[in-house]
Amino acid sequence: MAKFRRKKGKEGVSINTASLPDIVFMLLFFFMVSTTMRETEVQVQVKVPEATEVKKLEKKSLVSYIYVGRPVAHVAMMYGTEPLIQLNDKLVNEEGIPYESVQDFVLFEREKLPEIDKKKMIMSLRIDENIPMGKVDDVKQALRRARALIINYSARKEYRKQGRQR
Amino acid sequence: MARETPEVNGGSLADIAFLLLIFFLVTTTMDIDTGITRLLPPEPEEEEKVEVKVNKRNVLVVLLNRSDRLMVGGAEMDRLDLKDKTIHFFTNPANDVNLPEREDVEIQFPPGSSSLLPPDGVWRGKVSKGVISLQNDRSTTYGKYVQVQNELVAAVNQLRNEFCNLYFEKDYADLNTTSPNEEEIHNGIRKIYKMNISESDPKNIDR
Repeated sequence: MAKFRRKKGKEGVSINTASLPDIVFMLLFFFMVSTTMRETEVQVQVKVPEATEVKKLEKKSLVSYIYVGRPVAHVAMMYGTEPLIQLNDKLVNEEGIPYESVQDFVLFEREKLPEIDKKKMIMSLRIDENIPMGKVDDVKQALRRARALIINYSARKEYRKQGRQR
Repeated sequence: MARETPEVNGGSLADIAFLLLIFFLVTTTMDIDTGITRLLPPEPEEEEKVEVKVNKRNVLVVLLNRSDRLMVGGAEMDRLDLKDKTIHFFTNPANDVNLPEREDVEIQFPPGSSSLLPPDGVWRGKVSKGVISLQNDRSTTYGKYVQVQNELVAAVNQLRNEFCNLYFEKDYADLNTTSPNEEEIHNGIRKIYKMNISESDPKNIDR
């Protein structure tokens, strides 16, 4: 035992840090690649519901987002607290069923897709779970008229135990 | 002249990399988009509002009222019973006259893909004509609506999965739709258990 003890001097053992940049770069590249920057600022509060049968949306380029929720604090000062629809970065303030705004939005989004994907456009509905269905029905009616028929009710994955549960 | 290239000090390289790393760490949002995909019916033309005649026994009315209570086929029901009810409705195991009719169909699967199928790969059996009509009020909460949708989708997925397990010893969700063989299986099963959920036109109850 004494043999070992003698070898350890008082000076601290320094770890070779030459490979530290490599490790950090590796992490850096991982985050750079996996990052998606949000283009739009969401101005409504959305807490999507939970569901067990959710599927991943594979092709992000096909997806356009429609947000429905109550406005966040600074927007609520102008628009009130009633649920609002947000398309891209603008809020809809059309009376009744928003046929025109949705039509414009769908045409704009469809224009961005290549010809063969135009029919595969997916409308992701990111809707707060506490919103009354009236607003949602309006959006659905407007989407039907705009012929954007593939929709996706955005939901988080819920893990349920086997069997029944209250 | 001494040909000495001055060495760049690499000591700060790690610092710079760290700085960038922290920037990306902070700005990253790793939200994977998940959800329940559905198909909306196309808007009917004004002139041809066709009243589709559907036999009463083939329709299961699922109603969510304004206080989020669920009524299925005329009786109030707990959400967690809906899945079993739906499965029972679609399969109609006892050939009940009050449950949907079933019609004989032939569906082509890739030959030799399953030992339970004849060599030509044609599945012959009965497919339900049942349709679920999902109705809601304007003041139903969306969260509840999605839960009900989820149960209905879960029921059909379970039926599809059971069929897939039985015939192809595989989970339905694991079918790889990029391979032509499995895509045929996938589409075949979709024809046997159709996602017949009709979302009726919202009724205009006064706002």
